[in-house]
Amino acid sequence: MVLNQATLKRDGVQDFVSLRTTALIISAYAIFIIGYFLATPEVTFEAWTGLFSNLAMKGFTLITLVCIMVHTHIGLWQVLTDYVKCAKLRAALGFVLSLMSLAYVAIGLIVLWGV
Amino acid sequence: MSKDGQVTVKKQRPVNLDLTTISMPATAKASIFHRVTGVALFFALTFVIWAWSESLSSAESFEFVKGLFNGFIAKFIAWGTVSVLVYHLIGGIRHMIMDMGHWEELESGNLSAKVSMALGVVFAVLAGVWIWF
Ligand code: HEM
Ligand code: HEM
Repeated sequence: MVLNQATLKRDGVQDFVSLRTTALIISAYAIFIIGYFLATPEVTFEAWTGLFSNLAMKGFTLITLVCIMVHTHIGLWQVLTDYVKCAKLRAALGFVLSLMSLAYVAIGLIVLWGV
Repeated sequence: MSKDGQVTVKKQRPVNLDLTTISMPATAKASIFHRVTGVALFFALTFVIWAWSESLSSAESFEFVKGLFNGFIAKFIAWGTVSVLVYHLIGGIRHMIMDMGHWEELESGNLSAKVSMALGVVFAVLAGVWIWF
């Protein structure tokens, strides 16, 4: 048997696990940010940039964006394969959506770089 | 099944894709909401990431974004995003609890579906109160 660990070829179990591990990391981030807004009476520019200039926060944010990319790559693929039966259209839509999620990560990297 | 192992399926089953006549039990509703909120969230991220990048770029643009949140449209988008996120999160947790073998019976599955949708509504109202008041 050929092991596919060195390739990007996906299988269902991998997708299942990736979808759920990324979900947990995104949850932690979402709860943290909502908690930050709830706990901070007045969010000022200094406090806000202070938060994101912290190296740990930069790492957490970037990891979350990558997780969102992986999570939505699998999740939107599930949705597309259910509803879009034409393979070419599905590939085109998948491409556009993947590009969007890659853009989210790229923009995140640029923003975090500048803070 | 024929001798060579091939499965022959008669494609003469009735097909009913009329959503108005298909019964939608609570579990089906919870499931489709989870899907719709997942897709909606993906597009909502465009606004979230834009507002985030603008707010960190300079003190002026921070004030500009902050000012936007005095208006109805930005408040509405923020409320929608938070509500959709919270429901997707609750539905996701329910999914993972079910992955571990719980709530898989008709009764418990229906109950947990109803509870997660009810929680979604409660949190949407709370998020509304939070954002508007
Ligand atoms: C940026 C945030 C998120 C986006 C854009 C997103 C998007 C999606 C999409 C499009 C799907 C596919 C839906 C389907 O196939 O029906 C999905 C599935 C899923 N999401 Fe999310 N999601 C996000 C955050 C989360 C969070 C925070 C959780 C936390 C629990 C979560 C848990 C799940 C689970 C468990 C599934 C699998 C559902 C299944 O197997 O059918 N997601 N997500
Ligand atoms: C009493 C009614 C129903 C029963 C017992 C039932 C049962 C199931 C089961 C056992 C699965 C596989 C579960 C899994 O993926 O973990 C499934 C999946 C699915 N069902 Fe149903 N179902 C019912 C009604 C419906 C209805 C009314 C709809 C749509 C309007 C629907 C749409 C789907 C879809 C789209 C999936 C795939 C879900 C996925 O991507 O994970 N089902 N159903």
